[in-house]
Amino acid sequence: MLVRYLSQIGRYFLMLREIFKNPTKWSVMRQLIFKEIDDLIIDSLGIVCFISFFVGGVVSIQTALNLTNPLIPKYLIGFATRQSVILEFAPTFISIIMAGKMGSFITSSIGTMRVTEQIDALEVMGVNSLNYLVFPKLMALLLYPFVIGISMFLGILGGWIASVYGGFASSNEFITGIQQEFIPFHISYAFIKTFVFAFLLATIPSFHGYYMKGGALEVGKASTVSFVWTSVTIILTNYIITQLLLT
Amino acid sequence: MIEVKDVEKSFGESKVLKGISTVFDAGKTNLIIGQSGSGKTVLLKSLLGIHMPDKGTISFDGRIYSHLTPDEKRALRTEIGMVFQGSALFDSMTVEENVGFPLKMFTDKSAAEIKERVNFVINRVNLVDANHKKPSEISGGMQKRVAIARAIVNNPKYLFCDEPNSGLDPKTAIVIDNLIHEITVEYNITTVVNTHDMNSVMEIGDKIVFLKEGVLAWEGTKKEIFKTDNEAVTDFVYSSNLFKKIRKSQNKEDV
Repeated sequence: MLVRYLSQIGRYFLMLREIFKNPTKWSVMRQLIFKEIDDLIIDSLGIVCFISFFVGGVVSIQTALNLTNPLIPKYLIGFATRQSVILEFAPTFISIIMAGKMGSFITSSIGTMRVTEQIDALEVMGVNSLNYLVFPKLMALLLYPFVIGISMFLGILGGWIASVYGGFASSNEFITGIQQEFIPFHISYAFIKTFVFAFLLATIPSFHGYYMKGGALEVGKASTVSFVWTSVTIILTNYIITQLLLT
Repeated sequence: MIEVKDVEKSFGESKVLKGISTVFDAGKTNLIIGQSGSGKTVLLKSLLGIHMPDKGTISFDGRIYSHLTPDEKRALRTEIGMVFQGSALFDSMTVEENVGFPLKMFTDKSAAEIKERVNFVINRVNLVDANHKKPSEISGGMQKRVAIARAIVNNPKYLFCDEPNSGLDPKTAIVIDNLIHEITVEYNITTVVNTHDMNSVMEIGDKIVFLKEGVLAWEGTKKEIFKTDNEAVTDFVYSSNLFKKIRKSQNKEDV
């Protein structure tokens, strides 16, 4: 069992090396990158906006409902919403949701190409299939921090609307809260995490799709396994980065 | 010409190819036949470089594949066209884009030149009104034609076909077989076709290599295959009632 896991990890790192070998012609690669931006980034915006806005709202309502002591200032609702959204919700939890959405799309599309011999066709033609399939995804996911930036903004906006229109705090109190004890490094920390998660989101699902064996049923199984491993890796990496950067 | 010398290939304990040696000539349609599990696909994949033989060599016009550098291997692969069993067309591309893919990837041709060449080969394989359709929108026979067009678009020296008429009705299968044969002769390509369809053998088999349990059990032409006394070959060929009847009628004619 352990040997199998170690062998898979070794294979993953060998795959990473292969991605950058024998690059595809730039004129072709440019088109692939734009297509991946459309599939992975633009197509994810709707669900990210929806989830961020409402979860931001729920975070502020939950915070407000737990602040029962009248001595605790109301601006803490804004402060707590900002901290939760910027530090964890937007970078980490949106990434886990994306491991499901983007990750299963990547695994199933590459897995289907494997099953239908399209990857073999690329290899036989002399194309480095890993570069052709995975590199554009990596490049497209360089824009992932942009998605997370939108998520942060909408999460806080959702919190503000829920607080103000729910009668939990005034607009001034909420805005004071989100400005309170602001540490700019937290933004850097969130975006450093986001870049690492983007890399994991592009490569782990690709790995599971590329090396899958079997037929249509196995494509489904590979997507599930890919989601589990991407989520586990994101959670572990989140812990390590937080320990390294914030303590 | 492709020369296979003493090729062996195992997967774990199972030895699939047991010292295969043969020559596939240019301008001829060479068929690899045999029952399922005889090693046909492994031999074809070894020729394509997808599997590396454990022992023996495969040379393409004197270039021994295992001795080539990675760059030379890549260059050689641009001389190869392959028609996969399931066509392996790229789902996200139209017929025109699929056919033009090798040109776009490996040549410096302009868009207009690519379009001209693509239209030429699409016409050559007799595809009509399919340029802008996706593979899912065309029939199995048309998909095979697209796969052949994609395989020949870059003027390959070697063409490999893995069961090109599987899943096709008998009439379309014959059309596809004949198309492969015509192209082979027309462009002097070394074509290797992996099949277990005896109709293909009768139609286009310039040279036939018969595999049994990983061993080259017999080789010859389509005329010779019906006269051989090789038990393994006769057992395979006359497993079909139709061919039994043909043999009987031939015997009567001989008498």
